[in-house]
Amino acid sequence: MKQTLTHEDRQQNSPRQACCAYLLKIITGFVSLLKGMGVTIGYFVSPKRIVTQEYPENRENLQVMARFRGHVSMIHDDKGDHTCTGCGICEKACPNGTISVLTTKDISGRKILGQYIYRLSQCTLCNLCVESCPFGAIVMGKDFELAVYHREKLTFILNTPQGERE
Amino acid sequence: MNPLSTETLYPVQNGIGNMVRTLFPESAFYINTLITISCLLLLVSLLPVFLIWLERKVAARFQARLGPMRVGYHGLLQSSADGLKLIFKEILKPEGADTFVFFLAPVLPASATFLVMAILPFDHHLQVADPAGGVIYVIGISGLSVLGILLAGWASNNKYSLLGAMRSGAQMISFEISLVLIMLLIVMVTGTASLREIVLSQQGTVLDWWIFKLPGLGIIAFLMYMISSTAELNRAPFDISEAESELTGGFATEYSGISFAMFFFAEFVNMFVSAGIASTFFLGGFLAPQFGLAFIDPLLAFIPGFIWFFVKTFFVIFLYMWFRWTFPRLRVDQLMYLEWKMLLPANLVLLMLAGFFLAMGWIL
Repeated sequence: MKQTLTHEDRQQNSPRQACCAYLLKIITGFVSLLKGMGVTIGYFVSPKRIVTQEYPENRENLQVMARFRGHVSMIHDDKGDHTCTGCGICEKACPNGTISVLTTKDISGRKILGQYIYRLSQCTLCNLCVESCPFGAIVMGKDFELAVYHREKLTFILNTPQGERE
Repeated sequence: MNPLSTETLYPVQNGIGNMVRTLFPESAFYINTLITISCLLLLVSLLPVFLIWLERKVAARFQARLGPMRVGYHGLLQSSADGLKLIFKEILKPEGADTFVFFLAPVLPASATFLVMAILPFDHHLQVADPAGGVIYVIGISGLSVLGILLAGWASNNKYSLLGAMRSGAQMISFEISLVLIMLLIVMVTGTASLREIVLSQQGTVLDWWIFKLPGLGIIAFLMYMISSTAELNRAPFDISEAESELTGGFATEYSGISFAMFFFAEFVNMFVSAGIASTFFLGGFLAPQFGLAFIDPLLAFIPGFIWFFVKTFFVIFLYMWFRWTFPRLRVDQLMYLEWKMLLPANLVLLMLAGFFLAMGWIL
């Protein structure tokens, strides 16, 4: 009932109110359009905002984005040590069976990491292993030129100081 | 009113034309015609190549990209390469298409732009023809491009083409009304329908251009011209006729090779023509901007008029590109609402106000 009343009210005052609404609509519309145009012209006039990189030409000083996900690599400090304990959580987190954590025992009989096998050929670079690692031992690398001629070259052992290829 | 117009026999004359007339008095008519046609052909074929490159670069900069960079200096030859590619591609005709109409359709918009180009006043004495009813000619000829689009959609035997063409036809016919009404406004205050005379009526300082000369109304009329000509050009935000996400390319879906290139080129030359008319009507055409300052005015007036024409026209073209890469596309009903409920009443009020101003002697 209340709804219909207000509707009728609006209809009764229609000529003036309609005119006001019409003008208001035009003015607010133009203001919002100008806002949008201000945003785009800001991008147009500032060359620093260009994110495109001409890749093969600038290979030396290529800037890879902070959140870029290349292949998995293990963090090694200056002495060549890593923080991986061989717990195997990353192996369980991996949906593709990309990672195999092979453990051995040290002299005191404690379980330590033997070989951290990573198969790039199966990896989808989903980042789940990095997220699941409780020790922050692995990260997604920045390297993206990963093409090789043989499939065997895509299997890495990550826990050597340079992450050298098998 | 026009101290500059002297000749009555050849109102539009320039050095080259006069030289041909004195050297070959008998065949001057044919030689001059040939020269003008070849100049226009050159312009019509080079403009879209440049405009497509410009559109891509401007779009790229608006989106924080670089755009074409590899072919030529900063990709300048990119659109020529694309044009060459399109020329060498096979022209496919869909099964069940109306052959004659299918191949006629791309020619119409291309020739329409060519014909309108003939009466654009590029400079004071650089215009192919200056008919007394130039504005009517422009309106009539630009109707050909609607026809071309409608024929293309009908002849393609494809539901998306037909839908796109029908949308585009409805849109262009609707917005032509407000476009014509704005032209009528200028014709009313100028007292002439010849494009050259319209430009000459804006002599003086920048404030004598129609965008500022009509107190308050000029800017509104210019904005409305921009809106309705963007819609007339089928450019974003009014590009519902080729809305890629809905219609897979609209009326041009079934076209390939050179016939697609003709649609594409016509679209861009049309943009130039429309911007040229905007600068003729509102921005003083080929007249140099004069600010009433003694030290800078002779310098600006020294620059030839056709350069000013191109500067103004490319400014308007930049505005079109700016609109295109900023605004989201309108829905079909929003488009019709904009024309019939917003622009048309505003146009009529504007026309009435201008008539009132004219009657009160507040203009000129």
